[in-house]
Amino acid sequence: MVSVQFTAHLKRWFPDLVPQEIDAPDVASLVRELEGRFPGLAGYIVDERGSLRQHVNIFVNREMLQDREALGDPLSPGDEVHVFQALSGG
Amino acid sequence: MKDCADRLLLGTRKGLMIYGRDGAGWKLVNHSFTGVAIAYACHDPRTGLLWAAQDHGHWGQKLSRSADWGQTWEEVPAPTYPEGEMIKEGQPATLRYLWVIQPGHASQPDTLYVGTEPGGLFVSHDRGDSFELVRALWDHPSRKEGKWFGGGRDTAGIHSIVVDPRDARHLFIAVSCAGVFESRDGGESWAPRNKGMSAEFLPDADAEVGQDPHFIAMAEGDPQTFWQQNHCGIYYSTDGCANWKLVSKAGQTAHFGFAVAVDPHCPEVAWVVPAKSDMERMAIDGALVVCRTDDGGRSWKEQRSGLPQENCYDIAYRHALDVADRSLVFGTTTGNAFTSDDRGENWQDLGRGLPPIYSCRFAKA
Repeated sequence: MVSVQFTAHLKRWFPDLVPQEIDAPDVASLVRELEGRFPGLAGYIVDERGSLRQHVNIFVNREMLQDREALGDPLSPGDEVHVFQALSGG
Repeated sequence: MKDCADRLLLGTRKGLMIYGRDGAGWKLVNHSFTGVAIAYACHDPRTGLLWAAQDHGHWGQKLSRSADWGQTWEEVPAPTYPEGEMIKEGQPATLRYLWVIQPGHASQPDTLYVGTEPGGLFVSHDRGDSFELVRALWDHPSRKEGKWFGGGRDTAGIHSIVVDPRDARHLFIAVSCAGVFESRDGGESWAPRNKGMSAEFLPDADAEVGQDPHFIAMAEGDPQTFWQQNHCGIYYSTDGCANWKLVSKAGQTAHFGFAVAVDPHCPEVAWVVPAKSDMERMAIDGALVVCRTDDGGRSWKEQRSGLPQENCYDIAYRHALDVADRSLVFGTTTGNAFTSDDRGENWQDLGRGLPPIYSCRFAKA
């Protein structure tokens, strides 16, 4: 299982969102699984091509996602994934 | 809108502000989506639904509807470009901006149109539960040939949608930059309608496609009459966009700008909020002014009473001017908004120091 934690900003739009435990071989699969659990959530993280939105960051074990286009970064049991918003202007 | 309005919707950089009117004037009654940019918001008089296009800084473009004047909102799946669609070779098409929302014909209460960047028109036939790309426009040869390009946005976008009140299948849209297009078959085919326009920014100024209409509006009192605030002046058409006539001159107050509104009772009467040239894009001589023509653009009257006349840097965007019966409203990127109840002769403050304003639309509860 991979543990997933989210920026608190997402709770505004998904009030029931809490850290998740997910079995997924890569980040793209993880996002698909998240969509199943929280319909609409994937559209906040990725665009309709499945690419990470410009001002969203995903970290795997504190390292920034490498494949922002296809989210192909592999995952292993015990990994920690953080979904954050990037910092941007006012 | 021919009726007197009692609601006002301001799409701003920091949320949707809903004002209600009572005997004492306009008062803020609801602030939805606080902190989120609202690109456009409107009321659908056929269904009673409010619509709001959200431009999240992080989470993308979202579309929401409300059946209770903003007390509660329901997010619907935003329009998406089908897999494989390309802006141009090597540049996949994804939704970048929801620029305008237009309720369909009165006889089709479930139909809704949305204009987007990068240039897709979307239609819903189920009150926004789902959207489909209007394929014939997206596949128009002029777009495929690269004659659509960014103007105001990084890539081409649809900001104006008009449904002929006489015929649900008769549609007009305007693209920055490409121009005006007309469909007489419900969107199954489209033809450019840019005759008479002149694009000073193109080597071929009279190009059939490549014009920059900042906004087009049909006259409610005569669906053959259209007004257009173009990048290169103000245009007027009395034959359903078949021919456009320039009705402004460079150097005069009314010429450059973004928004235009047409008197719902008199098609020859229109308002614009002029700005100082495309080079500077701010208030002319530091003073805010609205211009009205009563004669189809042959002359323009400056309307300044009640508007600040010094230290102004405001401009009004294309959706930030509206008219309902004798009332007008406009808002600026500097966060100032003004209303008039006498067709622009006198203006009152709606608010100063508001967030940057993207859209102003009247409604009636």
